[in-house]
Amino acid sequence: MLDYIWLIVVMPLLGFLINGLFGKKFPRAMVSLIACGTVLVSFIMSVIALFELLQLDPHHRYHEIYSLFKWIPSGALNVEIGFLFDPLSAVMALVVSGVGFLIHVYSIGYMSHDKDYSRFFTYMNLFTGSMLLLVLANNFLLLFVGWEGVGLCSYLLIGFWYTRQSAANAGMKAFIVNRIGDFGFLLGMMLIFWTFGSLNFHEVFNSAFGFFHSMHGTGGEEVVLKDVLGLGMGTFTLITIFLFIGATGKSAQIPLYVWLPDAMEGPTPVSALIHAATMVTAGVYMVARCNVLYLLAPDTLMLVAIIGAATAFFAATMGVAQNDIKRVLAYSTVSQLGYMFLACGVAAFGAGIFHLMTHAFFKALLFLAAGSVIHGMSEIQDMRRMGGLKSKMPATFITMLLATLAISGIPLFSGFFSKDEILWKSFSSDYGGIVFWIIGLVTAGITAFYMFRLIYLTFYGKNRAPEDVQHNIHESPKSMTVPLMILAFLAVVGGWVGIPPALGGGAWFEHFLHPVFAQGEEIMAHGHHPEGFTMEYILMAASVVLVLISIFVAYTLYRKKPEIAANLREKFSGLHKVVYNKYFVDEFYQGAVVKPLVGLSFFLWKVFDVVVIDGLANGLAYMIKSFSSGGRKIQTGFLRNYLLIFVLGVVVFLAYVVLR
Amino acid sequence: MDSSILTILTFLPILGVILIWLTGKENHSMIKIIAWAVTFIDFVLSLYIYFNFDAAESGFQFVYNVPWISHFGIQYAVGIDGISLWLVILTTFLGWLAVWSSWTAVKDRLKGYMVSLLILQTGMLGVFVSMDLFLFYVFWEVMLIPMYFLIGIWGGPRKIYATIKFVLFTMLGSLLMLVAILFIYFKSGGTTFSILELTRFCVTLPVSTQMWLFAAFGLAFAIKVPMFPFHTWLPDAHVQAPTAGSVILAGVLLKMGTYGFLRFCIPMFPQAFEQFIPAISVLAVIGIIYGALVAMVQKDVKSLVAFSSVSHMGFIMLGLTALNMQGMQGSILQMLNHGISTGALFMIVGMIYERRHTRMIAEFGGVFKSMPIWSTFFIIVALSSIGLPFTNGFVGEFLILTGTFGVAPVYAILGATGVILAACYMLWMIKRVLFGELTKDENKNLTDLKLFEKLVLVPFIIMIFWIGIYPSTFLNPMKTSVEKLIGDVTKYVKHTDIENEAEAFIPYNPHEPQTEEHADVRH
Repeated sequence: MLDYIWLIVVMPLLGFLINGLFGKKFPRAMVSLIACGTVLVSFIMSVIALFELLQLDPHHRYHEIYSLFKWIPSGALNVEIGFLFDPLSAVMALVVSGVGFLIHVYSIGYMSHDKDYSRFFTYMNLFTGSMLLLVLANNFLLLFVGWEGVGLCSYLLIGFWYTRQSAANAGMKAFIVNRIGDFGFLLGMMLIFWTFGSLNFHEVFNSAFGFFHSMHGTGGEEVVLKDVLGLGMGTFTLITIFLFIGATGKSAQIPLYVWLPDAMEGPTPVSALIHAATMVTAGVYMVARCNVLYLLAPDTLMLVAIIGAATAFFAATMGVAQNDIKRVLAYSTVSQLGYMFLACGVAAFGAGIFHLMTHAFFKALLFLAAGSVIHGMSEIQDMRRMGGLKSKMPATFITMLLATLAISGIPLFSGFFSKDEILWKSFSSDYGGIVFWIIGLVTAGITAFYMFRLIYLTFYGKNRAPEDVQHNIHESPKSMTVPLMILAFLAVVGGWVGIPPALGGGAWFEHFLHPVFAQGEEIMAHGHHPEGFTMEYILMAASVVLVLISIFVAYTLYRKKPEIAANLREKFSGLHKVVYNKYFVDEFYQGAVVKPLVGLSFFLWKVFDVVVIDGLANGLAYMIKSFSSGGRKIQTGFLRNYLLIFVLGVVVFLAYVVLR
Repeated sequence: MDSSILTILTFLPILGVILIWLTGKENHSMIKIIAWAVTFIDFVLSLYIYFNFDAAESGFQFVYNVPWISHFGIQYAVGIDGISLWLVILTTFLGWLAVWSSWTAVKDRLKGYMVSLLILQTGMLGVFVSMDLFLFYVFWEVMLIPMYFLIGIWGGPRKIYATIKFVLFTMLGSLLMLVAILFIYFKSGGTTFSILELTRFCVTLPVSTQMWLFAAFGLAFAIKVPMFPFHTWLPDAHVQAPTAGSVILAGVLLKMGTYGFLRFCIPMFPQAFEQFIPAISVLAVIGIIYGALVAMVQKDVKSLVAFSSVSHMGFIMLGLTALNMQGMQGSILQMLNHGISTGALFMIVGMIYERRHTRMIAEFGGVFKSMPIWSTFFIIVALSSIGLPFTNGFVGEFLILTGTFGVAPVYAILGATGVILAACYMLWMIKRVLFGELTKDENKNLTDLKLFEKLVLVPFIIMIFWIGIYPSTFLNPMKTSVEKLIGDVTKYVKHTDIENEAEAFIPYNPHEPQTEEHADVRH
């Protein structure tokens, strides 16, 4: 039972191999059949696996294939190729393969005109396989394989239209910034190995949990870990910070978020799948997976919450000033990921994963709908040239509106429940505080504002595109709109699995995930919690009211009286410029890191290598040469000179002998 | 057969030399076929050794031992253990593919070229199988001559400068090593050159003597590796060398340096090694970062790859200083990896050079469009070079860094920055060569790879993923030999073995006073 879960990973990889090797010779229908088919099989297997999991007693909902085969055996290090399936991986696998499948289908239509059709699906399958490996791996190193694998696919797919210089640049930037994060992850794994003697999740978390108990003398057998660096409990802080550096890279958090907006150079289905729904959430998944370690390092938790809240807020403000429809969504993604980390930081891992799931639905939908808009507008992405698409693209409009309502947190839509859960936890958790709640609340308001700005600019008013484009505006084909509708359905109802008790729900989702976080909860500090739901109701009402006000402001500025928006922009042109240019962070990195590094490298090469080292070597050679050429002059070839020296020599010798 | 197989393996290329000698100068196809066949058989022979190799045995196998110059106690003694096994196979693998890759690239004086390659192969194999220090030194020097000709005759425009620099740097090290060898020989009584016996003798020497000897040997090897700051001969030699020369140079010759440390410096002078560990680690880490940074700003693809070698070889040296299983095994594996990945990179660069007669990055751009298959090979190999998981480079680098982290976390952290920098220089180069618009007319009509070129590259791709996904094939046979080496060395050094001696976590209990009790280390 459940021993087939590794096949979930293998299926898309199979599609990758087949299409990668022979895809060029296949007809397009065959390529798409293989690509979509393999992902669909993975999805079906994930669904079956979920049901099998649900049959089990909640505390035994954990299945591990410890080892398919040994991967890296060396001394005490023994890394296995193994898989695990528990509620957390189940959720992730379903989201990845489910949303992934819909986006594959959507791509059939979206990429139909592209000449590199098979290459696109080859990369997409490789991505899906890597992402599934990431979420189903049973140890850190195998997770890391998926982790770097998705990074590779992200690189390949961002730069998919490689003849565009900007696309090639963006791909490279994504990979390198991710590598900086991976550097942290790598160090984290090494410290874990030397501390725990293993990289297997179960073994590491059990040791950490057991260590916690033996530390407090609360039962269980004595667990002693190795203090490699002599940091004591600081070891946990360091491990979790290292891992979190990895998460900031992959999940585009401050300070490593800069690659994600540029990643929009890739085809839109890529932005939907990789840069919204799945890959960028890997960091959240990883932190949630390591909840035991993070709870043993409360300082890191604080850091995670601060980074999450700060990212959520700043990215949202940057989203307000963007004109490219995909860039608005990109900043929105960064901001929403910040929410998820805020949840993790206040030890509400379940809420983070809940938001991860609903976000996957509505953000994938937003991107795909944006793609549909771009498709219909002959590749125009600038919202200033859009408008009035409501009647021309009704299916796209309605689905996108639903997603917007969801992300804005309008009651009953999926985003409402997950976002509200995070806001509530950031207020009430012992790791939270009112500051986090306020930042979260304000961000929610800004989110509603920029999303409705997008809706009004795109779908309402008059169309501002050139004539020839206007004539061509059309609704997208079925292969694109049907996935939109399915996702729209999920974006609406996806949150209903987690309706909180305050609203009469059973928080089923939280209970489902509970076994994964059970050990962590025992470690968690337990303070006093307010009785009843009064406070929760008040906070909920506050956020709903703020969101409605924001929508009204957006309505006034971008629908009713656009001149006010223009006025405001002029009045605060300085501020607008700063926000529009994303606070000049890219420029700062370019000036403070990239340029000095390249300059240093040139210096090392041209000065140190060529002048200093080679200068020494050549100088030595020159010295020997000049010494020898001096010596050579003695060899004149004239017999009389040799005779003279011979006689002198004899005289000196005799003198020495005689005078001794 | 078992006792003579190493001799056959080593001298089979000489048979090829004789056959080629008998062939007419103009009969190019015959010359190529002979060279191909001989190196292929050599490769198959090395696989025979692998299949008959006993992984449980830590000492030398396939040993063959006869007196050579008995007056001085010099023997013809060959043997192979888990450390040299893979280097021998790497040599025959690359030797075979190097001949193959020269199929169309070399037309001028082909006979001499193939003869040089074959003699070179005998020299390299001899170095790895010698169990006699004198024999080792003979092979070590023999190998220089064909390399000298390969660069000096078939090289690029600045071949004379490059080849003289290469020979002078190497000779400088070799001479000091010779002095050290003779010192050991006479000091030990002047009866034997056997490496095993001399090792037993050397470990008893006082530390101060060991230090001098280590330095003399170590300099020769450090130049060969090359370690920073002795690396400047390498880029020149690589840029000027013909493709096959670069492949062999990077793939095998550099490994002789690291092999020298493993076989001589570390086991013979363990106490000196302990003293030198900080210096070696620092130079290794500098090499990693320095090589990567300088690689980043190169304008010629080949010198970029050459500098990346400096960086990668730094990783190998760093792993050796860890003196634990992960570090050592990682280093040995990384020797293979570097040979495979860098060898493949040089071949790939050679293929575009044959078409465009330039390797300057600025001359390219958008080549993916005209040569998609070549580009795909290029990307895969580049990714293995930057250590993407499930490729060979990752396993090696991860083991090295993990091993190092256990004994010297700071060096591991600094070394790990090389992982970021590798991505920078490789991907930046890839971007400038392969991506963007096809702007130059010369690049628009490039023909993609021919069948034989694909056939040459496929073995590399197979090895890249094999080592990346199932490294046990490679780690297991070397395991006992490495264990023995570590065991022998740690007898003499107070090296802290973290696996057994690290401070245990003292549980901190906020409610009770802290206890001093150390519980058993969990494992």
